[in-house]
Amino acid sequence: MSDAIDLLMNTSLWAAVLRIATPLIFGVLGALLCERSGVLNLGIEGIMTMGAMSGWLAVYMGAPLLVGLMVAAICGALMGLIHAGLTVPLGLSQHVSGLGITLFASALAYYLYRLIVVVGETPPAIEAFQPLDLPVLSDLPIVGPILFSQSVPTYLALLSVAVMAYVLARTPLGLAIRMTGENPHAVEAQGLNPIRIRIGAVVAGSALMAVGGAFLTTAAFNSFFPGMVQGRGWICIALVVFASWRPGKALIGALLFAFFDAYQLRLQTAIEGVPYQLFLMAPYVLSIVALILVARRAEVPAALMAPYRRGER
Amino acid sequence: MRLERRAHVPLHLVILAPLAAIFAALLLAAGLIAAAGVNPLTAYGEMLTGALGSRLSITEMLTRATPLIFTGLAAAVAFRARLWNIGGEGQFFVGALVTAWIGHSLGVPGWIGIPLLMLAGMAAGAALLAGPAFLRLRFGVDEVVTTLLLNFIVILFVGLMIEGPMRDPLAFGWPSSVPVDGDFRLPDLVPRTRLHIGLLFAIAAAGAVWLVLARTVFGAETRAAGLNASAAAFAGISLPKTIMGVALLSGALAGLAGSVEVMGVTAGVTTTMSPGFGYAGIVVAMLAALHPAGVVAAAVFVATVFVGADAMSRATGVPSFIADVIVALCLLTMIVALLFTTYRVRR
Repeated sequence: MSDAIDLLMNTSLWAAVLRIATPLIFGVLGALLCERSGVLNLGIEGIMTMGAMSGWLAVYMGAPLLVGLMVAAICGALMGLIHAGLTVPLGLSQHVSGLGITLFASALAYYLYRLIVVVGETPPAIEAFQPLDLPVLSDLPIVGPILFSQSVPTYLALLSVAVMAYVLARTPLGLAIRMTGENPHAVEAQGLNPIRIRIGAVVAGSALMAVGGAFLTTAAFNSFFPGMVQGRGWICIALVVFASWRPGKALIGALLFAFFDAYQLRLQTAIEGVPYQLFLMAPYVLSIVALILVARRAEVPAALMAPYRRGER
Repeated sequence: MRLERRAHVPLHLVILAPLAAIFAALLLAAGLIAAAGVNPLTAYGEMLTGALGSRLSITEMLTRATPLIFTGLAAAVAFRARLWNIGGEGQFFVGALVTAWIGHSLGVPGWIGIPLLMLAGMAAGAALLAGPAFLRLRFGVDEVVTTLLLNFIVILFVGLMIEGPMRDPLAFGWPSSVPVDGDFRLPDLVPRTRLHIGLLFAIAAAGAVWLVLARTVFGAETRAAGLNASAAAFAGISLPKTIMGVALLSGALAGLAGSVEVMGVTAGVTTTMSPGFGYAGIVVAMLAALHPAGVVAAAVFVATVFVGADAMSRATGVPSFIADVIVALCLLTMIVALLFTTYRVRR
């Protein structure tokens, strides 16, 4: 038991928390942006897979790592555009379209990967993002190795939280997005176009999700394989509810979640005789528990999942 | 330009919609096949002969269609009542696991044991979906996320069981559960093939589901709950009861898929025994426009794509993931096609 407590004192655990949280932060911000505008995006799992594949593939074919992230964002945005096209102007079921996007984007990612990359005994690898020690700050005791010795995408994720919080809460654009999620008719009355705002939010949100996926193949690991997103997208959808659709709380949720994930990984090796599958189940069980805890007081955007048709009530 | 709801959907549109959706999906996928340097017509020809070209390939395709009929029915029943059961994959596995567990050492004759094991698989699937349905009704927790997350939990649980308490000591290589007793293997429908009488059970299930939905009070309540929940509640229909009933039926059907697959094909449970039957069931249900009879036809189509793509991949080198792409595209094109059956475009 003392082993379990010793683990908590280890800075490598806390550095791992930020690393594990990174794809979740991107994913949860992306899902949050879509939902704040009134569109549920269940395409997230497939969009993250597409981002993981396309970002990795770009780097594999010679692009710099940051360009890889951009390629992932563009591919994710394209998938988001399909979802937006089906659910916003056409007003189709966001549940079914989202699941369709997940099935399509993952299948397409696997297909293109098999088509372009020759896979031998082990999947081919790339030179992934390395931890970047920020000068001076990374030398600080304890917080240095935890906060300031991360890879570039992790810094980007933290920056995105601040940008998203600022844009949503403090800018006219953010107000328009939030209003579209609450009452699109009022947006129309203001002379803005709720259809365009929703399409924009879903496309941008999907790009963020894809960058989260790309983190898996360009920083956390250095290769791509089918099934590697492992439900992280669904966990992000649960985290958005847990965070009551607020970027700051989303960061806390992602970190809390990543903490349990990092801790269970280390407990697996510290505690013997317990089947490892029980530890692996923990993140999924935890997500369900989180949903139950907040369900009663969830502040759902009022127009979430309600298609908007001009002149129709 | 605006959309106007049709007062009545003509029959020819109901039949045309899935055909148009499939055609559009095949057209879109043709681009991806061409990108692999293969003539799409050649590839689709190989797929057709690969799935329907011989007696053996047809039986193989129907073997694949059997679980898809069950999972397609499970999704159709749930979606009709707007219960978003995306957990068909997990329900399939608990049905399979319980069947193998009880069926390994059950000391009764086959004609009693087989129905008993099917009931056990159904109960397991129903119980698994009852949880998310309860959470939705009691706490308002969205069942999409809970059923999806349960799929991952169940797969890990299956791994735990077949590497631990249910491990088959005689299995080589990949871990597998103990097999069901030989008395409980479903008889072959066509001798010397893998096709078993489970196909008949699946078709019978489609008939039974159609009867329940079209000819019973419960069926009418299901439809009312899906079309307009508040109007249904106002008309005196108990929504919680209806949703829970739908959940039990839907979960039972998906659990039955796993049970029949174990008794008919695999005998033991492995974590790779389902190439996504639960998820493909959603596409089957949508292609069928949630109609039980359509589910049988749609399952045969999806099975044709999967079995045909394997053969086509061997012949032409196009990655067999093209099957998943085609099936996913069908789902997207079908919801667009359905829009045009329920609405008309007005200038």
